Amino acid sequence: MNAYVGTPTSRIDGRAKVTGAAKYAGEFSADGLLYGFVVEATIPRGRIARIDAGDALQVKGVVDVLTHAHRPPLADNDDAWKDEVAPEKGSPFRPLYDDRIRFNGQPIALVVADDWETAKFAATRVRVEYDREAFATDLESEHGKAGKLDRPHKPRGDAAAALAGAAVRHQADYVLPTEHHNPMELYATTVVRDGSGRLTVHDKTQGVQNVHKFLCSVFNKKPDDLRVVSPYVGGAFGSGLRPQYQVVLAVLAALELKRSVRVVLTRQQMYGLGYRPMTIERVALGARPDGTLDAVTHEATAVTSRYEDFSRNDTGWAEQLYKSPNSLFSHKLVDLDLSTPCDMRAPGAASGVCALECAMDELAVALKLDPIELRLKCYSDRDQSEDLPYTSKQLRECYARGAEAFGWTRRNPAPRSMRDGKELVGWGMATGVWEALQMPVAVRIVLTSNGHAEVSCAASDIGTGTYTIVAQVAADALGLPIENIDVKLADSTLPQAPVEGGSWMAASSAHAVLGAAEDIRLELARLAKAVPASPLGGVDAPDVILVDGTIAKAGDKARAVSIADAMRHGKLERIEKQKLNHFAEDKSHARNTHSAVFAEVKVDEELGVIRVTRVVSAVAAGRILNTKTGRSQIMGGVVWGIGMALHEETVMDHRFGRIMNANIAEYHIPVNADVHDIDVIFVDEPDDRINRLGVKGLGEIGIVGVPAAIANAVYHATGKRIRRFPITLDKLLD
Amino acid sequence: MNNFQYSRATDIADAIRLLTADPGAKLIAGGTNLIDLMKENVERPSRLIDISRLPLRDIEETAGGGLRIGALVPNSDLAYHPLVEQRYPLLAAAILAGASAQLRNMASVGGNLMQRTRCAYFYDTATPCNKREPGSGCSAIDGLNRNHAILGTSASCIATNPSDMSVALVALGALVHIAGPSGQRAIALIDFHRLPEDKPHVDTNLGTGEIIAAVELPKHGFARNYSYLKIRDRLSYAFALVSVAAALELDGNAISEARLALGGVAHKPWRSLEAEAALRGRAATPDHFSRAADLLLQGATSRAHNRFKIELARRAIVRTLIQAAGATPQSQAHKKIA
Repeated sequence: MNAYVGTPTSRIDGRAKVTGAAKYAGEFSADGLLYGFVVEATIPRGRIARIDAGDALQVKGVVDVLTHAHRPPLADNDDAWKDEVAPEKGSPFRPLYDDRIRFNGQPIALVVADDWETAKFAATRVRVEYDREAFATDLESEHGKAGKLDRPHKPRGDAAAALAGAAVRHQADYVLPTEHHNPMELYATTVVRDGSGRLTVHDKTQGVQNVHKFLCSVFNKKPDDLRVVSPYVGGAFGSGLRPQYQVVLAVLAALELKRSVRVVLTRQQMYGLGYRPMTIERVALGARPDGTLDAVTHEATAVTSRYEDFSRNDTGWAEQLYKSPNSLFSHKLVDLDLSTPCDMRAPGAASGVCALECAMDELAVALKLDPIELRLKCYSDRDQSEDLPYTSKQLRECYARGAEAFGWTRRNPAPRSMRDGKELVGWGMATGVWEALQMPVAVRIVLTSNGHAEVSCAASDIGTGTYTIVAQVAADALGLPIENIDVKLADSTLPQAPVEGGSWMAASSAHAVLGAAEDIRLELARLAKAVPASPLGGVDAPDVILVDGTIAKAGDKARAVSIADAMRHGKLERIEKQKLNHFAEDKSHARNTHSAVFAEVKVDEELGVIRVTRVVSAVAAGRILNTKTGRSQIMGGVVWGIGMALHEETVMDHRFGRIMNANIAEYHIPVNADVHDIDVIFVDEPDDRINRLGVKGLGEIGIVGVPAAIANAVYHATGKRIRRFPITLDKLLD
Repeated sequence: MNNFQYSRATDIADAIRLLTADPGAKLIAGGTNLIDLMKENVERPSRLIDISRLPLRDIEETAGGGLRIGALVPNSDLAYHPLVEQRYPLLAAAILAGASAQLRNMASVGGNLMQRTRCAYFYDTATPCNKREPGSGCSAIDGLNRNHAILGTSASCIATNPSDMSVALVALGALVHIAGPSGQRAIALIDFHRLPEDKPHVDTNLGTGEIIAAVELPKHGFARNYSYLKIRDRLSYAFALVSVAAALELDGNAISEARLALGGVAHKPWRSLEAEAALRGRAATPDHFSRAADLLLQGATSRAHNRFKIELARRAIVRTLIQAAGATPQSQAHKKIA
């Protein structure tokens, strides 16, 4: 057992991806395929007074121009438009539904033509007149209009009084800008229509069954009328959790024209999708002189659209992480003329923990305490908000291992005290935290007598390595080489899975595989024992294991029957088992992953140029299924954290309500030159309570804490505390 | 993107004829900027005249000991040419500071001189921009102008020229050889690009029907004491907030000749003969460099978001001159600032 789980197994889909054999949503084709190009609104709010497609329709090769005034029927109620992860409150956006403009970049027409270039050209010939209305897109100028959200935060004690009476206080606003996901793959849908009118929808999404259900309700279709597939996803990071508008437009055109249709968004158009909402995080900490916390308050004020209330948990992390007898948390939203924000890697935590961990650093400075010491003073072995023990929490070990690897003890605490030639050197650290969630997932395994198995599930692999970990777990559980495992994912007709997000898919899918494999083991044990003169005669089913392609007695592999023999004797060519995972309801423990992040920056003293020369991320996330893809996950999170700290910002001109850097030349993310040494440490964290394998998931934890560690390092290097992200060099020159 | 006609020029005369015949036509070589602008509907040429096959790809020594660089020489070929590496390392450094390897492989020398501003309003057809649509107004002056010009601006435009290569060429005193309907002419590169004044839609002094044939470098290459320093918002693949090309001729510690040009601060590469004169005959000391920086930045003005660029430019000039004087030029591969 355990030949693959826990090892650095290479991606089983790696070859297909690097050779181009892996096909993405915009790469599928069909006879007579038509191409749609989106026309977007250029104002943030108002109505379409007139939309004239006459000239566009004159362009040779244009088949049709769909608009709100010319389209097949769409559902007329919010329930139909609410997908699995839609905000509870609000009225989801309906593309081409009516004449109302809700945000700049809103799709208002789809030009459909014989080829993409023709559609794109004709799109410039669609004339639109607007009735403009007054609008607002600026969180800071509209801050006073924030509405408070109901949150199940439990205030503890009297935070205001405790804060007022605290020996040492720190309070500040941290401003996190709007950010866009910018996955490498463009948003795309190819709808292939067969002779009977059935649609196969190749969509870029994190959840095929979510999209399937959504399309059926929006277009009033039966489940068998359409199928949604998405075998490969070139990154999504949360932007593909909800069905995006291009899938609606592609299906709309396919239904109207009774043809196969592809719609691919441009990079620029993707800035009209969801985003990490700009948030002003106000954190106040009060401490006793010894560094124990007396009061924590965290108030987040974030952007949302006027039609949906999107919010995530920014403030609950402080509530959970640190011991404090008094605490108060609140989350406010400001409605603006923007599209609805959406999840983006570690939604809520990436921003909220950034503010919290910068504030903790500032408090440590005020207390003249080492930043790790402060965190250890406030360390809690129980989830503070629910007063629950954790299934496991090796954060202490993360601090220790990370500090050791980084060389933290050699840090001179005084700002501007360390240098390397013309560069100031700064060392900073921060804590990271995320949830370890598990969701219902079903898996089907079909074992054939030649010792090959097909494992299938509707879950997506958004680049995280789901194919590979499913194969690893199945190979171990079935006692087969990984080459004999064929994994099929992301087809709405496959066994159920929720959207892939929230770091829950690894644990959830792995356990569904174990469940189905267990049923196969029992079936094989029965067959093996029925073989004449079976060496397993008298062995009870629980003592039968699957190993090396055989059914054997645990502890005595010589007593074995090959899978081929057992199945031949039982006259079976294939064994098929499907199982929904089951996690016992357990509210007695909190489930989280943690990390300690250490960053070194070097800042040119005169010019303010910042280089992040080293990052050590020590992660406690239960058992790591695949140390290679797991390490890649964390490294990706760290790189993104560098971007969050230093580069990323969606810049809007509020006079026009338009994003002015809607492209990846001007919207900066780290390039290779910005990324130096990244050391990932997986801290041993046995957890036999959370689930059988002790798996927690790694998708989000890698980014959490990284921006704060870098910001804290910049302070340590320069003595300048930059609370408005990203930390660009101009902010250091003043 | 708009539809357009496509013609392939058979020789330079043919290119000039095609260009003269169609006022809406544009030349295309590498296309690294023009195609982007066409995709954004900013450029809507009626015709593309493909000059990529014209015989303008040679780099040859001139009788005067300089170098004549054909307009179609790819940026990377120029940067890695042995004569450029040996004699004009400032030019090689500036080119390697720009864009990415893939873009430098495609982009031509002439095209680099013709690239247009990266002002976000210029790129966004839903906003006013005098450069894109004369008379519509400048959105940057009272808008997002963090990366806009601090020198030579006008009431109608505060855009910057984005080229790195041009900054080094201007510092080196390059000439541009131009072929046109009325024959050939040559102008100093410093006079090739324009300030915006009241015609920001006109980037250069190239006349109707004229094309760039070559760029000529004079003999003196400042191969010992030079540096190109580019300050940007990430460590590679970003346009300059400020860039500095510095070249010195030293006699002991005394400066006998100095060249200094700035990128990212104006509608054209910015050079001041006064600043250079102030260095000549002086000792290569930070004080004198600082004085030169003040002269080069004389008249600098800022808007709401780009005030930092003045101080950044001042510090960057001093640092680049120190690098040049110490013969420790800024590496373009290692991003730590020397």
